[in-house]
Amino acid sequence: MLLTDSIANFGRFCSFLGRVFAWPDKFSISFKRVINEISKLGVDSIPLVIIISVFMGAVCTIQMQLNVTSPLMPAYSVGLATRDIVLLEFSNSILCLILAGKVGSSIVSEIGTMRVTEQIDALEIMGVNSANYLVMPKIVGFVMFMPVLDIICMGTSFVGGYLVTVFTDLIPSSRYIYGLQAMFQEWYVWYGLIKSVVFAFIIVSVSSFYGYFVKGGALQVGKASTNGVVVSSIFILLFDVILTKLLLQ
Amino acid sequence: MIEVKNLVKSFDDKTVLHDVSAKFETGKTNLIIGQSGSGKTVMLKCLVGLLRPDSGEILFDGRNTLDFSHEQMKELRKEIGMLFQGSALFDSETVLDNVMFPLVMFTDMSRSEMLDRAMFCLERVNLRGAEKKYPSEISGGMQKRVAIARAIALNPKYLFCDEPNSGLDPKTSILIDELLSDITHEYNITTVINTHDMNSVLGIGENIIFINKGYREWVGDMSQIYTTGNEALNDFVFATRLFSELREYVASHGHIDKK
Repeated sequence: MLLTDSIANFGRFCSFLGRVFAWPDKFSISFKRVINEISKLGVDSIPLVIIISVFMGAVCTIQMQLNVTSPLMPAYSVGLATRDIVLLEFSNSILCLILAGKVGSSIVSEIGTMRVTEQIDALEIMGVNSANYLVMPKIVGFVMFMPVLDIICMGTSFVGGYLVTVFTDLIPSSRYIYGLQAMFQEWYVWYGLIKSVVFAFIIVSVSSFYGYFVKGGALQVGKASTNGVVVSSIFILLFDVILTKLLLQ
Repeated sequence: MIEVKNLVKSFDDKTVLHDVSAKFETGKTNLIIGQSGSGKTVMLKCLVGLLRPDSGEILFDGRNTLDFSHEQMKELRKEIGMLFQGSALFDSETVLDNVMFPLVMFTDMSRSEMLDRAMFCLERVNLRGAEKKYPSEISGGMQKRVAIARAIALNPKYLFCDEPNSGLDPKTSILIDELLSDITHEYNITTVINTHDMNSVLGIGENIIFINKGYREWVGDMSQIYTTGNEALNDFVFATRLFSELREYVASHGHIDKK
């Protein structure tokens, strides 16, 4: 039963994506909506990203210092380890898991409410491809803006770690900064950006799918919102494993 | 004219519409009436293409829409206006943007032409002055009127209304009914109204189709409804004491003095 339901849902999801990526009714309208979604989903997430990143960067630095206690390890290894953690996992996987909660639930609620209040039916009756009109700009907008959030996250995490070195005597700031630059591998940045783009697609497409097919009322919208966030998070973790295997080995 | 022939629609093993046939005439307010759960909303959704019937024919001016390709259906939908039970206005857009929406999506009009057309439609439903408000800032009756303005923005040939009076006070209900009736006659539209509001039935029912338990039980107009011998229809229309007394009045006087 669970297997057949999953296969049926996957089929529906594929067919939904087919409708989402159909040719838009009017390009100028879609373009305006993409800009609007970049603002709503992307730019509005910047404060959250900055707050989380500063604290996570600070915590990473403190943890590294406390756990790397061997006298054989140089002090700059704290900065190096913090940098690699941020680039490899935190700025993409963990950030996207957090954004799945914020962006994902807002998308399910918005589209789900439009479904239960017949706004989507109204679009369909007018002859508008509602999936394309509502969802495509969200996917394109968020996927386009995700690398910006990723880079902001990387930068502010390093700042968070730096603030720890300034306000505590755990390690000298100069050692931390040296560590951030030591043995730097550019590919790690690209790896993080590629993952974040894939995760952004997962968050928006899965959340939109759950919102679009809501049946019932407010209670069902709430349930769909939870399901959307949970399923997005699971797929983010699954693709994290797959992409890590593909991109880092 | 819209014609429905032998429409059958089931959900799982439950048949909701049993071989229903009906005609909805151009320039008239055609009412589908029936109790809750009788199948009238399913019928309306089949008509507008939101549901696909299991069998039967739906002819829009002779064109069977069930044989239409996706593109043909898309073209037809530009000729359709729909008023939903809950108005279904886009709540993130202003009243003006809601009315302009079909114009923006489906016409090549300039911005000023669209504005003129939208303002004309708003004026037609007596809503000039509310164009900058959001749907959440206006009353239910005003929302219905905005939905009507949006529905007529593209000059539709067919207008469908699902429970246009639901949630409205009697006075506003009458206003909406009169508006729908006026628009139907003014623009010679085929209007199909799904309702169980008896004021509407007796006020604007020029062609009434009574659906009972998924079957088409009776067809007639508002003058014939007082004298019908159909028991199910009488039970439904004259269920309240007021309407029951009205029927007795008509039976004894032969007419209603509308004054």
